[in-house]
Amino acid sequence: MTALRALKIPFLSFLVLIVIAFIGNFALDGFVQLLSIYVLINMILAMSLNLVNGYTGQFSLGHAGFMAVGAYSSAWLSTQVPFLPGPLQIFNFLLYAVVGGIMAAGAGYLVGLPSLRLKGDYLAIVTLGFGEIIRVVLLNTPAVGGARGFYGIPGPTDHDLGGFVLSKFLMGFTHAGFWCLVTFFVIWRLMESSHGRGFLSVREDEIAAEAMGVDTTQAKVRAFVLSSFFAGVAGSIFAHYANYLSPASFNFQRSVDAVIMVVLGGMGSMSGALLAAVFITVMPELLRPLQQVIGVDIRMIIYSLFLILLMIMRPKGLFGKLELTDLYKRWKARKS
Amino acid sequence: MQDFLQHLLNGISLGSIYALIALGYTMVYGILQLINFAHSDVYMVGAFAAYYVASLVGLQDSPGFSTLLVLLAASMVACSLLALAIERLAYRPLRKAPKLNILITAIGVSLFLQYFGQAVFGAEPKKFPAVLENKVLVSVAGVDVKTFDIAVLFITVVMMLVLNFIIFKTKLGKAMRAVSTNMKVASMMGVNTDRIIAFTFIVGSSLAGVGSVLVGMKYPSIDPLMGTLFGLKAFVAAVLGGIGSIPGAVLGGIIMGLSEEMVVAYLSSTYRDALAFGILIVILVFKPSGLLGKSQIEKV
Repeated sequence: MTALRALKIPFLSFLVLIVIAFIGNFALDGFVQLLSIYVLINMILAMSLNLVNGYTGQFSLGHAGFMAVGAYSSAWLSTQVPFLPGPLQIFNFLLYAVVGGIMAAGAGYLVGLPSLRLKGDYLAIVTLGFGEIIRVVLLNTPAVGGARGFYGIPGPTDHDLGGFVLSKFLMGFTHAGFWCLVTFFVIWRLMESSHGRGFLSVREDEIAAEAMGVDTTQAKVRAFVLSSFFAGVAGSIFAHYANYLSPASFNFQRSVDAVIMVVLGGMGSMSGALLAAVFITVMPELLRPLQQVIGVDIRMIIYSLFLILLMIMRPKGLFGKLELTDLYKRWKARKS
Repeated sequence: MQDFLQHLLNGISLGSIYALIALGYTMVYGILQLINFAHSDVYMVGAFAAYYVASLVGLQDSPGFSTLLVLLAASMVACSLLALAIERLAYRPLRKAPKLNILITAIGVSLFLQYFGQAVFGAEPKKFPAVLENKVLVSVAGVDVKTFDIAVLFITVVMMLVLNFIIFKTKLGKAMRAVSTNMKVASMMGVNTDRIIAFTFIVGSSLAGVGSVLVGMKYPSIDPLMGTLFGLKAFVAAVLGGIGSIPGAVLGGIIMGLSEEMVVAYLSSTYRDALAFGILIVILVFKPSGLLGKSQIEKV
């Protein structure tokens, strides 16, 4: 358990991540490496959406829209700003991620402010609508490729450092993993703070929260803006690793994927969201052989049935509000 | 001017179809406070039911009044049965659950119908059977009044009258109004709320069925994803008019149809789909209760 506790220190967990990156660099083939980066991106997405849908009890259905804002602004910026030499270019990607995040956060503020004053289900529709508007605007903006898509976005490349090759994967994985850790620790520490408690109180009972002096609209907007920021970061990482963006990759489907990750993992459980992100990213690849036999996209049929059954039989999601550590404690208590 | 009048006519005819779909949203919302995401896919299934019935009975290519009636009946029955099943299997077990859970279930049902539809009906678009011959009936001041427009308007008006009759003149309608005002009190007064809710779903979905045949008539290409965007726009129409309000849904539908037609005609058709959501955000900022809706104060 002490080893796990040490992971609570951000720096140590970052070191562990780098070790994992090195192992992955030599042990995994290219496809699994790509998949592992997508897992990290989806983890950021799931955690950030969990902040709004899980902890604050609102319902956003347009996470792909914020991801698109981050991805496109970061990609556009990378064609304008000169790159630092060699491995130092990782700082370029950090900068792009921050800028992409800030742009998405700004969009989140604009969308959230009017709609968060209203009851939960309106937010679902407005965010859904926002996602569509973003998509239509991107389709009609020739500067970022329009309907053809945005080609040739610079991304991490292999660097030869005197015999040792700093590979694209190593750089991409560390970058994505870094942001994944940042997201995790920011949200985790936030939820232990008074702001985070405010979010939780909004979820539990808005009227009571207001009576206790929580500015509910402010709390919702803050959660929403932070969530959009991390969605934008996820978008930026995606843009630079895939090197290609198209408006079609940020459709409604992607927002729904994010929602499924949160709901599946348990609304308000960070480790649940993380596990669900892995599951949702890896499952389509596992189902691919089956799909080739049947010839139908069976994935979404399974997801949607899962969603309905889960809501009826286990409305809090698989993990509910519990974290993995809670489950471990319970298991230990039962054993002794 | 002549162009403008023509667009006006088209817009109203499109808008009345939106109104038919919007009614389903607004009725369910009025009674359960649930955005029934699955409504748009019920509408899609209605179109496919009409398609399959037409090919079963051999009516694919015999436009006429009887075809219209057969297809309307088929689509209405299919939609009602489907909505009844959805209500019974997915929504009723969650009657007491938090609203968010029912909303997620509704999204789940909607996705399920879309992708199940793709698996069963096939993802490629199909040609909707010819329902009526589209002839120019009269030409007033250079504006062509075609069969489709007249048929759409006529059917919509008839449906509105029937709906009005059901809601305000029958015992069932009275019970529906009672349940939507206060479900608990209504059930204490001896109203079987489950049955009334099921009935509301039937009525709303039959209207969606009618709408699907009218859309199939006007734009004869149907596919399993046809409901998503159309349904969302109809929902925006319902919010625009004031969700929960029946005249509001009609008004919202007409405004929606008109503004869409005008944007396509005078601005750019690529922004057509963004328009609906633009309207939605504007209405939510300035008048969240909608044009004809009543704003409610939440009491503890």
